[in-house]
Amino acid sequence: MEFPVASSPHLQGDNDIQRVMGQVLLALLPGVAALWWYFGWGVIINLGLAIFTAVFWEWVVMRLRGRDPRPVIADLSGILTACLLAIALPPTLPWWQTMMGTAFAIVVAKQLFGGLGYNPFNPAMAGYALLLVSFPADMTRWLEPSVVSGHSLGLSEAWNAIFSGVAPAAGGWDALTGATPLDHMRTELSREHLIGEIRQSAVWGDFGGRGWEWVANWFLVGGLFLVWRKVISWRIPASMLVALALIAGIFWVIDPDIHPSPAFHLFSGAAIFGAFFIATDPVTASTTPRGQLIYGALIGVLVFVIRTWGGYPDAVAFSVLLMNMAAPTIDYYTQPRVFGDQEKQDE
Amino acid sequence: MAEQPTPIWDFHGGLHVDDRKAPSKASPIREAVIPKRLQLPLQQHIGRHAEPVVRAGDPVLKGQLIARASDYVSANIHAPTSGMVSEIAELPIAHPSGLPALSIMMEADGKDRWAELPEPIPDYQEADPADLRERLRWAGIVGLGGAVFPTSVKTNVTGKQVDTLIINAAECEPYITCDDRLMQEQPAQVIAGADILRHIVGASRILIGIEDNKPEAITALRETIDTRGQRDIELRIVPTKYPSGGEKQLIYLLTGVEVPSHGLPLDVGMVCQNVATAVAVAEAILQGRPLISRVVTVTGQAVAQPGNLQTLIGTPVAELIEQCGGYLPGIHKLIMGGPMMGFGLHSDSVPVAKGSNCFIAATEAESPDPVKPSPCIRCGECVKVCPAQLLPQQLYWYARARDFDKTQDHHLFDCIECGCCAYVCPAHIPLVHYYRFAKTEIWAMEREREKAEHARRRHEFREARLKRLEAERKAKLRKKKEALAKKPASGKDPKKAAIEAAMQRVAAKKAGQEAADPASENEKN
Repeated sequence: MEFPVASSPHLQGDNDIQRVMGQVLLALLPGVAALWWYFGWGVIINLGLAIFTAVFWEWVVMRLRGRDPRPVIADLSGILTACLLAIALPPTLPWWQTMMGTAFAIVVAKQLFGGLGYNPFNPAMAGYALLLVSFPADMTRWLEPSVVSGHSLGLSEAWNAIFSGVAPAAGGWDALTGATPLDHMRTELSREHLIGEIRQSAVWGDFGGRGWEWVANWFLVGGLFLVWRKVISWRIPASMLVALALIAGIFWVIDPDIHPSPAFHLFSGAAIFGAFFIATDPVTASTTPRGQLIYGALIGVLVFVIRTWGGYPDAVAFSVLLMNMAAPTIDYYTQPRVFGDQEKQDE
Repeated sequence: MAEQPTPIWDFHGGLHVDDRKAPSKASPIREAVIPKRLQLPLQQHIGRHAEPVVRAGDPVLKGQLIARASDYVSANIHAPTSGMVSEIAELPIAHPSGLPALSIMMEADGKDRWAELPEPIPDYQEADPADLRERLRWAGIVGLGGAVFPTSVKTNVTGKQVDTLIINAAECEPYITCDDRLMQEQPAQVIAGADILRHIVGASRILIGIEDNKPEAITALRETIDTRGQRDIELRIVPTKYPSGGEKQLIYLLTGVEVPSHGLPLDVGMVCQNVATAVAVAEAILQGRPLISRVVTVTGQAVAQPGNLQTLIGTPVAELIEQCGGYLPGIHKLIMGGPMMGFGLHSDSVPVAKGSNCFIAATEAESPDPVKPSPCIRCGECVKVCPAQLLPQQLYWYARARDFDKTQDHHLFDCIECGCCAYVCPAHIPLVHYYRFAKTEIWAMEREREKAEHARRRHEFREARLKRLEAERKAKLRKKKEALAKKPASGKDPKKAAIEAAMQRVAAKKAGQEAADPASENEKN
């Protein structure tokens, strides 16, 4: 009797890429729900727009490459990229900007490099960086959290704002939008106000911005879920957050009047979201255990540096993109000690 | 016997896979029927193939030498039963390549008559280890755990100090139960073989490493050790985790010592042998029998009666399956060895060889066909399970890019091909396949380089020789020229001298004539 043969092993575990990506999507839910709660329906519309754009472009590119688009769309990686980008966008961003950013992420940052697994840069952050550089005004015009403004954007208001640029009824843009906490802090500090004075404002909560800090908390829950499920390693988020807190702490101790506390840095902006969902993108991150610690820590340091002395209020996207470039080199020099290696026996 | 809880050093990575041993675990070893025709490949071991010492038509007796080890690293082959050699030809064998190999084909006469065997050596403790090794060499014993390295070579520890003999009883691959049954049913032979091996290598203690999923075997061995009252044999139970039966992994589990990368257990004063090998050693020394049969597990969901069979080497796999009730509908693949490291057989017409510990007749559900791999997302799952502590994802990347220098930078040759990485890979990439590809490419390149080096040396030698000849020729010529140039100065050339002398004579004669005849002189003037 004749049989087909295949290379060993002849058993296969039940993990697959779709499951990995699916779990990350699941882990985003609490944070997305918090965003929706504080910033209204614009968040959901952005997600829908981005997902639609991502699927469309993946389909187009795979067709152009003469391959079956279905397995590529089904692996959920493009949808995940879309979600990560949409979450990072202001909830009233004009629709075509969201679509443009997503298209750039999928077509240029991902597919032109060969698709999933071959992209050197985090596609979602590449799309975000493109939008931030191209449309700095729109990209920094965030709604104020509903706990601050007292108004949550309804579906039709958000729809009109996104698709026709119509300001929401209740008081127009000025009443509802404002600087993000990071932006606020930055502007006030540049006016030589002291932290103590700045924190008098109603936009501040316990650690960071009111509302914002709770979004961060819910993303933290999702992130811890991923660590627990072993979808991501603890190394990158832990080293990034510890490094950010340490360097912020040092400056805070030196002069708390002009340097916000470590807690502010952790719970404002995209630090938590970035640490668990952006920096951990396996394709573009460092992959050796020691390398991940270095990679995460350097992102944390860069975040602080750019926030404090750089030209943009938040820094996760640029820090991650910068470190993406360093990842292959870090990996090469942080190979683990091989079993039985005599030279590194003592490590 | 040592009952104190001994520390176990856990190795990095590994897998907890469903062991699937149940179907054959409870079935006692039974004798397989002697087949009508047996095929004995000349290459059933690592090293050089054996040279046949019989010809087609020769009658042979059971246990008679039919092919002789042709090199130091090689192994004898004996007739598993009595009968007649029918041909020596290229025939299909159990090999991943599916290529045929030179084999001795014999017809059994059914009488199973023994040849004259060498004397048993019951007092092996008094014997010279070299003599015992010579007996193992005669018996054609090779590592029966699957590695098939000649045991007489592995136990040759001349010049090295060995303190520990490790008996590998882990049997960590799913499905396989032949060693488990052997330990349950012949614990005395296992321990006797271990003691002989210990004497051969001069070790002071024996450590037996066994996974905790074999409680019956553990009890049997423990009783035997207690009965023998040997305090220097320690049974150590290790947690069930694949690949705890990997040689270097087991040594680490039991002793906390890492065998050096690219090194051998001998480098850290240890020798490791499998339990089935120990039994074969006991038979060779205590009964004077060569290795002509082994216990084979036949299992899988597509075979009717899974079991463990004492099988003559050379038995066609199809006949073995037949004796286990044949295939069930749904048979999809036939695997030799374990499901993690074994290889697929193209056909069941191939024979059982010395290294055949298990045949798995698998349905598609239990061993699915490979799916189309997705791209590597560098998730690092493979890093977590790699017992050699490698970076499988980087190795894959470089192997794929044919960047073989980088694969070696990433310690490709420390890979034991255990398959853990491929098992957990969410992209279903056949990682081990890539590593084998890279290894064979590197070996091929090295062979090419050696060839080129050889050719270069030959070319240089030829050039040098031609140059030397040319120089010699020139030197000769120069000498001749010099000699020619020197001669007129030192002594006249005889020819020239003769001519000159002749001319002088002629001149003198003329002068004489002129003096005698002045008129003619005048006339001339």
